[in-house]
Amino acid sequence: MTRLFISRDSTALSLGAEQVVKAIQQQTAAQGQSVDIVRNGSRGLFWLEPLVEVETAAGRVAYGPVNSADVASLLEAGLLEGKSHPLYLGNIEELPYFKNQNRLTFARVGLTDPVSIDDYLAHDGYRGLQNALKLQGAEIVKQVTDSGLRGRGGAAFPTGIKWNTVLNAPADQKYIVCNADEGDSGTFSDRMIMEGDPLVLIEGMTIAGLAVGATQGYIYLRIEYPHAKQALNQAIAAAYARGYLGENILGSGKTFHLEVRSGAGAYICGEETSLLESLEGKRGLVRFKPPLPAIVGLFGKPTIVNNVISLASVPVILDKGGEFYRDYGMGRSRGTLPLQLAGNIKYPGLFEVAFGITLREILYDYGGGSASGRPIRAVQVGGPLGAYVHEGQFDTPLDYEAFAAIQAVLGHGGIVVHDDTVNMAEMARYAMEFCVEESCGKCTPCRIGSTRGVEVIDRIVAGTDKDQNTVLLRDLCNTMTFGSLCAMGGMTPFPVLSALNHFPEDFGLPKGKA
Amino acid sequence: MQDYQNQRSTVLQILDEHQSMPGSLLPILHAIQDTLGYIPPAAVADIASALHLSKAEVHGVITFYHYFRETPPGKHTIRICRAESCQSMNSKGLEKHAKAKLNIDYHETTADGQFSLEPVYCMGNCACSPSIAIDDEVYGRVTPEKFDQLLACKGAE
Repeated sequence: MTRLFISRDSTALSLGAEQVVKAIQQQTAAQGQSVDIVRNGSRGLFWLEPLVEVETAAGRVAYGPVNSADVASLLEAGLLEGKSHPLYLGNIEELPYFKNQNRLTFARVGLTDPVSIDDYLAHDGYRGLQNALKLQGAEIVKQVTDSGLRGRGGAAFPTGIKWNTVLNAPADQKYIVCNADEGDSGTFSDRMIMEGDPLVLIEGMTIAGLAVGATQGYIYLRIEYPHAKQALNQAIAAAYARGYLGENILGSGKTFHLEVRSGAGAYICGEETSLLESLEGKRGLVRFKPPLPAIVGLFGKPTIVNNVISLASVPVILDKGGEFYRDYGMGRSRGTLPLQLAGNIKYPGLFEVAFGITLREILYDYGGGSASGRPIRAVQVGGPLGAYVHEGQFDTPLDYEAFAAIQAVLGHGGIVVHDDTVNMAEMARYAMEFCVEESCGKCTPCRIGSTRGVEVIDRIVAGTDKDQNTVLLRDLCNTMTFGSLCAMGGMTPFPVLSALNHFPEDFGLPKGKA
Repeated sequence: MQDYQNQRSTVLQILDEHQSMPGSLLPILHAIQDTLGYIPPAAVADIASALHLSKAEVHGVITFYHYFRETPPGKHTIRICRAESCQSMNSKGLEKHAKAKLNIDYHETTADGQFSLEPVYCMGNCACSPSIAIDDEVYGRVTPEKFDQLLACKGAE
């Protein structure tokens, strides 16, 4: 039977992948042919989705983007034998966009059946866990520390140090919490892992549990990701059925239970202490720190809170060793970062590369410039709390410290591109408006400051006491930066001030004077 | 209140099923909304008493989260993404078109009860902006024309 691969990824589905599956099933059945359609993750080349791959004697052959209306002509041309057609792409892994990547965390995404344990094992899955089962907790933590892995959610805190704190916190119960509340615009790497290789996240959390002695894990998943929820629950059930989760994992005597919990549309719950409040069944109000969640976390117990990509990077580290991972990257940014290229860009998608690549390479070599064909004017890196970067800064290498040096952040690796039709005063206003909408309300600079911020920007744009209001906006941003309890209010000034500093003309202010 | 008499057994059953779950309030609210379409304000007292919370605490949680609603939704819920990536591909134009076409604003339901309109901040579909969701299905690269087609399809269901 011929095996076909058509993605179950949300973005592929949003472009009609399900209709393509149905068309192929119906038309092959009518011709008396039988096909096995594997619903894999996406390869991440989204301008080619829905992508259809067929397994042939000469390897996998891809076609895309395929519309359900193309199916008849594809079958007629010999799709099932991998023959030529205008949509023929050949081996997708040979395309430069794919070939030049360093796919460590995303090694299996797009390749395998996401919820099949056998497929996972056949592609090096659970080798990290096998190694971890032979190690003491402290030895596992040392591997993670040696790898140089830093939190991929955005804060870039060294993962090994966090784990070590939980390891050394005595308690009768500890927890592993995965922050899967990926709310930043322009980011979708967590979603792609959860839909395309959920077992790697499950394996990473299990290893974390073994490392620090936690027996219960929770994945706090945003409600906007129903397909990820389905894939995770299928994968968790499969892992339980085969003894990779639950009591006595693989006969080791170790226990780890795992459960998915749904958020309810609050951006702030991506902040780790707010997330813990939400998991406890409360309003997502940010907690004061200290105490750190590593000491007093979920239900008052020591808790590791890590982003999806951080946890999903652990299996390869335990499989190949901390040094293997650390050998990728530059400076203090070790390993790889799955970048998400989105917005007004010709070739949007996900590609995983080592740190050190420049923004210009990302935007033009990978991205091919804007989708509209107009000049790229501003790029927001790191989500709604990330700074807007202008053309003069495009040669900055992808590195946490290099971005900090230009008052910007890498965050979760999302890059949103705007062409020259963008009005940066509107984007600055939106940043404040978003903070109004999503502030948890606990601290004044964020709750009130954001509302005042919208008003002040409106006055500047309307031309009311421009100079005084610009001074006021800067003062307000200063208060929010240093007076807010968490990054929501503390980082909203990043997009606002970068827009004001780099694009003053959009605020009706002379260049160089704002 | 008349309505709630019919819904109450569902709510009580959901509360019963979650008795031993730690941190159960959000899962309970999800289960109620998944089943009834919204969280009836009259259910707050039952939820509060089952969890040994005050009514104010339960009400506070329901209103904190954008996703939970206290009024029945239309037959279909349309969510339009307002975040930056979609803005870079003219979601503001789409937003305006949708509101005019449906003749409602955000958080409202059409007079015929067919469609509710809600804003959403990112659905992780940023590689194919602008995005909308109708119920659980996400659609990418949505133009006003495509919006109208989707609306016609759903309206005919």
